[in-house]
Amino acid sequence: MSFLSTVSRLALFAVVAAPAVVSPSQAAVTAAPAKIQRVSIQNFAFSPQVIVVTPGTTVTWTNADEDPHTVVAVDKGFHSAAMDTDESYSFTFTKPGEFAYFCSLHPHMTGKVIVKG
Amino acid sequence: MDHHHDHDHKGLNRREMLGHCAGWAGTAAVYTVAGGVVSSVSLDAALAAGKPAAKAKPFTFVQISDTHIGFDKPANPNVHATALQAVERIKGMAVKPDLILHTGDITHLSKDEQFDDAKQILSGLNIPIFYVPGEHDFLDEGQGKTFLEHYGKGTLGQGWYSFDHNGVHFVALNNVAALKPGGMAHLGDDQIAWLKKDLAGLPASMPIVVFGHIPMWTVYEAWGWGTDDADQALALLRRFGSVTVLNGHIHQILAKVEGNISFHSARSTAYPQPAPGAAPSPGPLKVPTEQLPTMLGIRSAKFVRGNAPIALIDSSFA
Repeated sequence: MSFLSTVSRLALFAVVAAPAVVSPSQAAVTAAPAKIQRVSIQNFAFSPQVIVVTPGTTVTWTNADEDPHTVVAVDKGFHSAAMDTDESYSFTFTKPGEFAYFCSLHPHMTGKVIVKG
Repeated sequence: MDHHHDHDHKGLNRREMLGHCAGWAGTAAVYTVAGGVVSSVSLDAALAAGKPAAKAKPFTFVQISDTHIGFDKPANPNVHATALQAVERIKGMAVKPDLILHTGDITHLSKDEQFDDAKQILSGLNIPIFYVPGEHDFLDEGQGKTFLEHYGKGTLGQGWYSFDHNGVHFVALNNVAALKPGGMAHLGDDQIAWLKKDLAGLPASMPIVVFGHIPMWTVYEAWGWGTDDADQALALLRRFGSVTVLNGHIHQILAKVEGNISFHSARSTAYPQPAPGAAPSPGPLKVPTEQLPTMLGIRSAKFVRGNAPIALIDSSFA
Protein backbone atom coordinates (compact mmCIF):
# COMPACT_ATOMS: atom_id res chain seq x y z
CA MET A 1 0.00 0.00 0.00
CA SER A 2 3.05 2.25 0.33
CA PHE A 3 3.06 2.44 -3.43
CA LEU A 4 -0.47 3.87 -3.46
CA SER A 5 0.40 6.45 -0.85
CA THR A 6 3.33 7.45 -3.04
CA VAL A 7 0.90 7.97 -5.87
CA SER A 8 -1.32 10.08 -3.63
CA ARG A 9 1.62 12.20 -2.48
CA LEU A 10 2.77 12.71 -6.04
CA ALA A 11 -0.73 13.70 -7.09
CA LEU A 12 -0.95 16.08 -4.16
CA PHE A 13 2.45 17.49 -5.05
CA ALA A 14 1.26 18.07 -8.63
CA VAL A 15 -1.77 19.97 -7.35
CA VAL A 16 0.31 22.09 -4.96
CA ALA A 17 3.08 22.73 -7.45
CA ALA A 18 0.82 23.79 -10.29
CA PRO A 19 -2.39 25.15 -8.81
CA ALA A 20 -2.97 27.46 -11.75
CA VAL A 21 -3.59 24.63 -14.22
CA VAL A 22 -5.91 22.52 -12.07
CA SER A 23 -9.52 23.35 -12.80
CA PRO A 24 -12.47 21.55 -11.20
CA SER A 25 -13.06 19.54 -14.38
CA GLN A 26 -9.44 18.40 -14.44
CA ALA A 27 -9.67 17.47 -10.80
CA ALA A 28 -11.99 14.63 -11.84
CA VAL A 29 -9.18 13.23 -13.96
CA THR A 30 -6.62 11.20 -12.07
CA ALA A 31 -3.15 12.38 -12.97
CA ALA A 32 -0.75 9.76 -11.75
CA PRO A 33 2.76 9.76 -13.19
CA ALA A 34 3.19 6.13 -12.18
CA LYS A 35 4.15 3.09 -14.19
CA ILE A 36 1.23 1.06 -12.92
CA GLN A 37 -2.32 2.29 -12.88
CA ARG A 38 -5.35 0.41 -11.64
CA VAL A 39 -8.90 0.81 -12.93
CA SER A 40 -11.75 -0.79 -11.07
CA ILE A 41 -14.87 -2.04 -12.83
CA GLN A 42 -17.70 -1.62 -10.40
CA ASN A 43 -21.43 -1.02 -10.69
CA PHE A 44 -21.17 -1.23 -14.47
CA ALA A 45 -18.67 1.64 -14.67
CA PHE A 46 -14.93 2.11 -15.10
CA SER A 47 -13.41 3.94 -12.15
CA PRO A 48 -11.64 6.25 -12.71
CA GLN A 49 -13.36 6.65 -16.04
CA VAL A 50 -10.50 8.73 -17.46
CA ILE A 51 -6.87 8.25 -16.50
CA VAL A 52 -3.76 10.11 -17.57
CA VAL A 53 -0.54 8.09 -17.65
CA THR A 54 2.98 8.35 -19.01
CA PRO A 55 4.29 6.10 -21.82
CA GLY A 56 5.31 2.69 -20.53
CA THR A 57 2.54 2.56 -17.95
CA THR A 58 0.73 -0.72 -17.44
CA VAL A 59 -2.96 -0.30 -16.80
CA THR A 60 -4.71 -3.11 -14.93
CA TRP A 61 -8.48 -3.39 -14.96
CA THR A 62 -10.14 -5.56 -12.29
CA ASN A 63 -13.79 -6.57 -12.36
CA ALA A 64 -15.48 -6.12 -8.98
CA ASP A 65 -18.98 -6.80 -10.36
CA GLU A 66 -20.87 -10.10 -10.30
CA ASP A 67 -21.49 -9.66 -14.02
CA PRO A 68 -18.68 -10.29 -16.51
CA HIS A 69 -17.19 -7.32 -18.35
CA THR A 70 -14.63 -6.69 -21.08
CA VAL A 71 -12.19 -3.93 -21.96
CA VAL A 72 -12.11 -3.29 -25.71
CA ALA A 73 -10.34 -0.39 -27.44
CA VAL A 74 -12.57 1.54 -29.80
CA ASP A 75 -9.72 1.42 -32.36
CA LYS A 76 -9.33 -2.34 -31.65
CA GLY A 77 -5.74 -1.76 -30.45
CA PHE A 78 -6.28 -3.90 -27.35
CA HIS A 79 -8.98 -6.10 -25.93
CA SER A 80 -9.49 -8.38 -22.97
CA ALA A 81 -11.30 -11.66 -22.75
CA ALA A 82 -14.47 -11.60 -20.66
CA MET A 83 -13.50 -11.03 -17.03
CA ASP A 84 -15.60 -12.71 -14.39
CA THR A 85 -15.69 -11.42 -10.81
CA ASP A 86 -12.20 -10.52 -9.47
CA GLU A 87 -10.48 -11.25 -12.77
CA SER A 88 -8.04 -8.74 -14.24
CA TYR A 89 -6.62 -7.63 -17.55
CA SER A 90 -3.49 -5.54 -18.14
CA PHE A 91 -2.20 -3.60 -21.10
CA THR A 92 0.98 -1.52 -21.35
CA PHE A 93 0.68 1.80 -23.17
CA THR A 94 3.89 2.70 -24.98
CA LYS A 95 2.82 5.54 -27.29
CA PRO A 96 1.27 8.90 -26.45
CA GLY A 97 -2.32 9.40 -27.46
CA GLU A 98 -5.91 9.09 -26.32
CA PHE A 99 -7.27 5.55 -26.17
CA ALA A 100 -11.03 5.27 -25.80
CA TYR A 101 -12.36 1.88 -24.73
CA PHE A 102 -15.65 0.27 -23.75
CA CYS A 103 -17.19 -2.95 -22.44
CA SER A 104 -18.30 -4.93 -25.47
CA LEU A 105 -20.99 -6.66 -23.39
CA HIS A 106 -22.41 -3.44 -21.93
CA PRO A 107 -21.42 -0.80 -24.48
CA HIS A 108 -22.82 2.06 -22.41
CA MET A 109 -19.75 1.50 -20.21
CA THR A 110 -16.97 3.65 -21.64
CA GLY A 111 -13.57 4.87 -20.47
CA LYS A 112 -10.42 6.52 -21.72
CA VAL A 113 -6.68 6.25 -21.19
CA ILE A 114 -4.73 9.40 -22.03
CA VAL A 115 -1.03 8.74 -22.53
CA LYS A 116 1.07 11.90 -22.26
CA GLY A 117 4.80 11.92 -22.95
CA MET B 1 -42.66 -39.32 -33.75
CA ASP B 2 -40.83 -38.19 -30.68
CA HIS B 3 -37.52 -38.10 -32.48
CA HIS B 4 -38.89 -35.21 -34.51
CA HIS B 5 -39.00 -33.20 -31.30
CA ASP B 6 -35.29 -33.50 -30.80
CA HIS B 7 -33.88 -30.15 -31.79
CA ASP B 8 -30.37 -31.52 -31.63
CA HIS B 9 -31.00 -34.61 -33.69
CA LYS B 10 -27.79 -35.40 -35.50
CA GLY B 11 -27.86 -34.84 -39.24
CA LEU B 12 -31.11 -32.94 -39.07
CA ASN B 13 -30.52 -29.27 -39.70
CA ARG B 14 -32.97 -26.55 -38.74
CA ARG B 15 -34.57 -26.38 -42.16
CA GLU B 16 -35.15 -30.10 -42.30
CA MET B 17 -36.37 -30.02 -38.74
CA LEU B 18 -38.84 -27.29 -39.62
CA GLY B 19 -40.04 -29.47 -42.45
CA HIS B 20 -40.74 -32.15 -39.88
CA CYS B 21 -42.65 -29.61 -37.80
CA ALA B 22 -45.59 -30.21 -40.11
CA GLY B 23 -45.60 -33.69 -38.64
CA TRP B 24 -45.36 -32.93 -34.96
CA ALA B 25 -47.75 -30.01 -35.12
CA GLY B 26 -50.33 -32.14 -36.84
CA THR B 27 -51.22 -29.39 -39.29
CA ALA B 28 -52.11 -29.89 -42.90
CA ALA B 29 -49.45 -27.53 -44.07
CA VAL B 30 -46.88 -27.50 -46.82
CA TYR B 31 -43.62 -25.90 -45.72
CA THR B 32 -41.52 -24.19 -48.30
CA VAL B 33 -37.98 -22.98 -47.77
CA ALA B 34 -36.24 -20.38 -49.85
CA GLY B 35 -33.07 -18.50 -49.05
CA GLY B 36 -33.17 -19.36 -45.38
CA VAL B 37 -36.71 -18.07 -45.05
CA VAL B 38 -39.24 -20.68 -44.10
CA SER B 39 -42.84 -20.01 -44.93
CA SER B 40 -45.88 -22.20 -44.73
CA VAL B 41 -48.79 -22.38 -47.06
CA SER B 42 -51.90 -24.15 -45.89
CA LEU B 43 -52.87 -27.13 -47.95
CA ASP B 44 -56.23 -25.51 -48.74
CA ALA B 45 -54.50 -22.46 -50.09
CA ALA B 46 -52.08 -24.56 -52.07
CA LEU B 47 -54.97 -26.41 -53.68
CA ALA B 48 -57.15 -23.36 -54.29
CA ALA B 49 -54.58 -20.82 -55.36
CA GLY B 50 -55.58 -17.23 -54.61
CA LYS B 51 -57.02 -17.96 -51.19
CA PRO B 52 -55.16 -16.24 -48.36
CA ALA B 53 -52.36 -18.41 -47.07
CA ALA B 54 -51.61 -19.55 -43.55
CA LYS B 55 -54.72 -20.44 -41.63
CA ALA B 56 -54.22 -19.65 -38.01
CA LYS B 57 -54.89 -22.45 -35.57
CA PRO B 58 -54.90 -22.16 -31.76
CA PHE B 59 -51.82 -23.39 -29.95
CA THR B 60 -49.68 -22.76 -26.89
CA PHE B 61 -46.00 -21.97 -26.66
CA VAL B 62 -43.62 -21.11 -23.85
CA GLN B 63 -40.92 -18.50 -23.31
CA ILE B 64 -38.02 -19.17 -20.98
CA SER B 65 -35.14 -16.79 -20.50
CA ASP B 66 -31.82 -16.04 -18.84
CA THR B 67 -31.03 -19.48 -17.46
CA HIS B 68 -27.40 -18.26 -16.90
CA ILE B 69 -26.03 -21.78 -16.55
CA GLY B 70 -22.66 -21.46 -14.80
CA PHE B 71 -23.61 -18.54 -12.53
CA ASP B 72 -22.77 -19.38 -8.90
CA LYS B 73 -22.91 -16.11 -6.95
CA PRO B 74 -25.03 -15.43 -3.82
CA ALA B 75 -27.99 -14.14 -5.86
CA ASN B 76 -28.56 -17.81 -6.78
CA PRO B 77 -25.84 -20.38 -6.09
CA ASN B 78 -27.80 -23.11 -7.91
CA VAL B 79 -29.06 -21.96 -11.31
CA HIS B 80 -29.00 -25.57 -12.50
CA ALA B 81 -31.77 -26.39 -10.02
CA THR B 82 -33.90 -23.37 -10.91
CA ALA B 83 -33.58 -24.19 -14.63
CA LEU B 84 -34.85 -27.68 -13.77
CA GLN B 85 -37.77 -26.03 -11.98
CA ALA B 86 -38.66 -24.36 -15.27
CA VAL B 87 -38.60 -27.78 -16.94
CA GLU B 88 -40.90 -29.22 -14.29
CA ARG B 89 -43.30 -26.28 -14.66
CA ILE B 90 -43.49 -26.85 -18.41
CA LYS B 91 -44.01 -30.60 -17.95
CA GLY B 92 -46.86 -29.80 -15.58
CA MET B 93 -48.76 -27.61 -18.03
CA ALA B 94 -52.30 -28.75 -18.76
CA VAL B 95 -51.72 -28.36 -22.50
CA LYS B 96 -48.36 -29.43 -23.84
CA PRO B 97 -46.82 -26.44 -25.62
CA ASP B 98 -46.01 -26.84 -29.31
CA LEU B 99 -42.68 -25.07 -28.95
CA ILE B 100 -40.41 -23.15 -26.59
CA LEU B 101 -38.57 -19.90 -27.18
CA HIS B 102 -35.38 -19.32 -25.17
CA THR B 103 -34.66 -15.60 -25.21
CA GLY B 104 -30.96 -15.81 -24.43
CA ASP B 105 -28.32 -15.82 -21.73
CA ILE B 106 -28.56 -19.56 -21.86
CA THR B 107 -25.13 -19.61 -20.21
CA HIS B 108 -23.31 -17.19 -17.95
CA LEU B 109 -19.88 -17.30 -19.61
CA SER B 110 -20.36 -18.93 -23.07
CA LYS B 111 -18.44 -22.03 -22.03
CA ASP B 112 -18.89 -25.28 -23.90
CA GLU B 113 -19.73 -27.20 -20.74
CA GLN B 114 -22.33 -24.57 -19.79
CA PHE B 115 -24.05 -24.93 -23.18
CA ASP B 116 -23.90 -28.72 -22.74
CA ASP B 117 -25.42 -28.50 -19.27
CA ALA B 118 -28.23 -26.27 -20.55
CA LYS B 119 -28.96 -28.75 -23.33
CA GLN B 120 -28.98 -31.64 -20.91
CA ILE B 121 -31.41 -29.83 -18.57
CA LEU B 122 -33.82 -28.90 -21.36
CA SER B 123 -33.59 -32.16 -23.30
CA GLY B 124 -36.02 -33.75 -20.88
CA LEU B 125 -38.84 -31.70 -22.36
CA ASN B 126 -39.08 -33.29 -25.82
CA ILE B 127 -40.42 -30.05 -27.22
CA PRO B 128 -38.67 -28.09 -30.00
CA ILE B 129 -36.72 -25.16 -28.52
CA PHE B 130 -35.79 -22.10 -30.54
CA TYR B 131 -32.87 -20.03 -29.24
CA VAL B 132 -31.49 -16.54 -29.59
CA PRO B 133 -28.22 -15.54 -27.92
CA GLY B 134 -27.79 -13.13 -25.05
CA GLU B 135 -24.58 -11.18 -24.53
CA HIS B 136 -23.50 -13.83 -22.02
CA ASP B 137 -23.67 -16.40 -24.84
CA PHE B 138 -21.46 -14.25 -27.07
CA LEU B 139 -18.51 -13.49 -24.80
CA ASP B 140 -16.15 -16.26 -25.85
CA GLU B 141 -12.93 -15.30 -27.65
CA GLY B 142 -14.64 -16.16 -30.94
CA GLN B 143 -17.43 -13.66 -30.12
CA GLY B 144 -20.31 -16.06 -30.54
CA LYS B 145 -18.48 -18.92 -32.23
CA THR B 146 -19.31 -21.36 -29.43
CA PHE B 147 -23.00 -20.38 -29.41
CA LEU B 148 -23.21 -20.72 -33.19
CA GLU B 149 -21.55 -24.14 -33.04
CA HIS B 150 -24.25 -25.26 -30.63
CA TYR B 151 -27.30 -23.50 -32.03
CA GLY B 152 -26.39 -21.85 -35.32
CA LYS B 153 -27.20 -24.67 -37.70
CA GLY B 154 -29.59 -23.48 -40.40
CA THR B 155 -29.54 -19.87 -39.16
CA LEU B 156 -28.26 -16.83 -41.00
CA GLY B 157 -25.63 -14.21 -40.16
CA GLN B 158 -25.02 -14.16 -36.42
CA GLY B 159 -27.83 -16.61 -35.72
CA TRP B 160 -31.04 -14.99 -36.93
CA TYR B 161 -33.87 -16.92 -38.62
CA SER B 162 -37.61 -17.18 -38.98
CA PHE B 163 -40.20 -19.93 -39.16
CA ASP B 164 -43.94 -20.36 -39.32
CA HIS B 165 -46.09 -22.32 -36.98
CA ASN B 166 -49.88 -22.73 -37.28
CA GLY B 167 -50.22 -19.49 -39.20
CA VAL B 168 -47.98 -17.43 -36.91
CA HIS B 169 -44.68 -16.07 -38.21
CA PHE B 170 -41.84 -16.26 -35.66
CA VAL B 171 -38.74 -14.10 -36.13
CA ALA B 172 -35.58 -14.74 -34.08
CA LEU B 173 -33.25 -11.74 -33.84
CA ASN B 174 -29.75 -11.35 -32.44
CA ASN B 175 -29.15 -7.92 -30.91
CA VAL B 176 -26.02 -8.77 -28.92
CA ALA B 177 -23.37 -9.06 -31.66
CA ALA B 178 -20.93 -6.29 -32.58
CA LEU B 179 -22.15 -3.75 -30.06
CA LYS B 180 -20.90 -0.19 -30.52
CA PRO B 181 -19.19 1.94 -27.85
CA GLY B 182 -21.58 4.24 -26.05
CA GLY B 183 -24.60 2.52 -27.57
CA MET B 184 -27.19 0.02 -26.49
CA ALA B 185 -28.06 -3.30 -28.11
CA HIS B 186 -27.77 -3.35 -31.88
CA LEU B 187 -29.32 -5.31 -34.76
CA GLY B 188 -27.09 -4.07 -37.57
CA ASP B 189 -27.81 -3.28 -41.21
CA ASP B 190 -27.40 -6.87 -42.47
CA GLN B 191 -29.99 -8.23 -40.08
CA ILE B 192 -32.44 -5.40 -40.77
CA ALA B 193 -32.03 -5.91 -44.54
CA TRP B 194 -32.75 -9.60 -44.04
CA LEU B 195 -35.80 -8.79 -41.88
CA LYS B 196 -37.17 -6.56 -44.61
CA LYS B 197 -36.95 -9.41 -47.13
CA ASP B 198 -38.29 -11.90 -44.62
CA LEU B 199 -41.44 -9.88 -43.93
CA ALA B 200 -41.97 -8.59 -47.46
CA GLY B 201 -44.18 -11.38 -48.75
CA LEU B 202 -46.36 -11.77 -45.67
CA PRO B 203 -49.97 -10.58 -45.48
CA ALA B 204 -50.61 -7.87 -42.88
CA SER B 205 -53.14 -10.19 -41.25
CA MET B 206 -50.46 -12.69 -40.33
CA PRO B 207 -49.67 -12.60 -36.60
CA ILE B 208 -45.98 -11.99 -35.93
CA VAL B 209 -43.91 -13.01 -32.91
CA VAL B 210 -40.45 -11.43 -32.72
CA PHE B 211 -38.04 -12.69 -30.08
CA GLY B 212 -34.61 -11.41 -29.11
CA HIS B 213 -32.57 -11.01 -25.94
CA ILE B 214 -32.31 -7.30 -25.12
CA PRO B 215 -35.51 -5.20 -25.09
CA MET B 216 -36.49 -3.78 -28.47
CA TRP B 217 -37.84 -0.66 -26.80
CA THR B 218 -35.84 1.68 -24.61
CA VAL B 219 -36.53 0.54 -21.06
CA TYR B 220 -33.62 2.44 -19.47
CA GLU B 221 -30.91 3.96 -21.61
CA ALA B 222 -28.44 4.61 -18.76
CA TRP B 223 -28.21 0.84 -18.22
CA GLY B 224 -28.15 0.02 -21.93
CA TRP B 225 -31.62 -1.55 -21.70
CA GLY B 226 -32.76 -0.94 -25.24
CA THR B 227 -31.78 -1.48 -28.89
CA ASP B 228 -30.38 1.56 -30.65
CA ASP B 229 -31.57 0.65 -34.17
CA ALA B 230 -34.83 -1.04 -33.13
CA ASP B 231 -36.87 1.69 -34.82
CA GLN B 232 -35.77 0.46 -38.24
CA ALA B 233 -37.01 -3.02 -37.42
CA LEU B 234 -40.25 -1.75 -35.88
CA ALA B 235 -40.96 0.35 -38.99
CA LEU B 236 -41.06 -2.91 -40.96
CA LEU B 237 -43.46 -4.46 -38.45
CA ARG B 238 -46.01 -1.62 -38.13
CA ARG B 239 -48.18 -2.73 -41.06
CA PHE B 240 -49.03 -6.01 -39.34
CA GLY B 241 -52.21 -6.29 -37.31
CA SER B 242 -50.67 -8.23 -34.43
CA VAL B 243 -47.02 -8.08 -33.43
CA THR B 244 -45.73 -9.54 -30.16
CA VAL B 245 -42.11 -8.77 -29.25
CA LEU B 246 -40.62 -10.98 -26.54
CA ASN B 247 -37.30 -10.42 -24.79
CA GLY B 248 -35.28 -11.32 -21.71
CA HIS B 249 -32.11 -9.63 -20.40
CA ILE B 250 -33.62 -7.51 -17.65
CA HIS B 251 -34.87 -10.43 -15.53
CA GLN B 252 -38.26 -8.90 -14.74
CA ILE B 253 -41.68 -8.50 -16.27
CA LEU B 254 -42.23 -5.25 -18.10
CA ALA B 255 -44.58 -4.46 -20.97
CA LYS B 256 -45.37 -1.69 -23.35
CA VAL B 257 -47.90 -1.33 -26.14
CA GLU B 258 -47.25 0.82 -29.18
CA GLY B 259 -50.08 0.63 -31.73
CA ASN B 260 -50.34 -2.98 -32.87
CA ILE B 261 -46.96 -3.86 -31.39
CA SER B 262 -46.74 -5.12 -27.82
CA PHE B 263 -43.41 -5.58 -26.04
CA HIS B 264 -42.90 -7.99 -23.15
CA SER B 265 -39.80 -8.76 -21.14
CA ALA B 266 -39.74 -11.97 -19.15
CA ARG B 267 -38.45 -13.20 -15.83
CA SER B 268 -35.20 -15.12 -15.62
CA THR B 269 -35.01 -18.66 -14.28
CA ALA B 270 -31.73 -17.74 -12.53
CA TYR B 271 -31.79 -14.48 -10.55
CA PRO B 272 -33.62 -11.14 -10.43
CA GLN B 273 -32.23 -7.72 -11.34
CA PRO B 274 -33.21 -4.33 -9.90
CA ALA B 275 -36.04 -2.31 -11.42
CA PRO B 276 -34.75 0.31 -13.87
CA GLY B 277 -32.87 2.98 -11.93
CA ALA B 278 -33.65 1.41 -8.55
CA ALA B 279 -29.97 0.60 -7.86
CA PRO B 280 -26.58 2.11 -8.75
CA SER B 281 -26.29 -0.43 -11.58
CA PRO B 282 -27.95 -3.48 -13.13
CA GLY B 283 -26.67 -6.94 -12.21
CA PRO B 284 -27.63 -9.88 -10.00
CA LEU B 285 -29.92 -8.83 -7.16
CA LYS B 286 -29.59 -10.73 -3.89
CA VAL B 287 -32.96 -11.14 -2.22
CA PRO B 288 -33.92 -13.19 0.86
CA THR B 289 -33.86 -16.90 -0.04
CA GLU B 290 -37.59 -17.36 0.50
CA GLN B 291 -38.30 -14.46 -1.83
CA LEU B 292 -36.24 -15.76 -4.75
CA PRO B 293 -38.87 -18.16 -6.20
CA THR B 294 -41.35 -15.27 -6.47
CA MET B 295 -38.93 -13.43 -8.75
CA LEU B 296 -38.07 -16.31 -11.11
CA GLY B 297 -40.38 -17.95 -13.59
CA ILE B 298 -41.53 -18.85 -17.07
CA ARG B 299 -44.14 -17.47 -19.47
CA SER B 300 -46.75 -19.34 -21.43
CA ALA B 301 -48.42 -17.86 -24.48
CA LYS B 302 -51.71 -18.87 -25.99
CA PHE B 303 -52.44 -17.98 -29.54
CA VAL B 304 -56.11 -18.06 -30.43
CA ARG B 305 -56.61 -16.44 -33.78
CA GLY B 306 -56.00 -13.54 -36.10
CA ASN B 307 -55.51 -10.11 -34.61
CA ALA B 308 -56.55 -11.04 -31.09
CA PRO B 309 -53.54 -10.37 -28.85
CA ILE B 310 -51.58 -13.45 -27.85
CA ALA B 311 -52.51 -14.19 -24.24
CA LEU B 312 -49.39 -14.24 -22.08
CA ILE B 313 -49.34 -15.76 -18.62
CA ASP B 314 -46.28 -15.28 -16.44
CA SER B 315 -45.92 -17.78 -13.63
CA SER B 316 -43.32 -17.57 -10.91
CA PHE B 317 -41.71 -20.55 -9.17
CA ALA B 318 -43.36 -19.59 -5.88
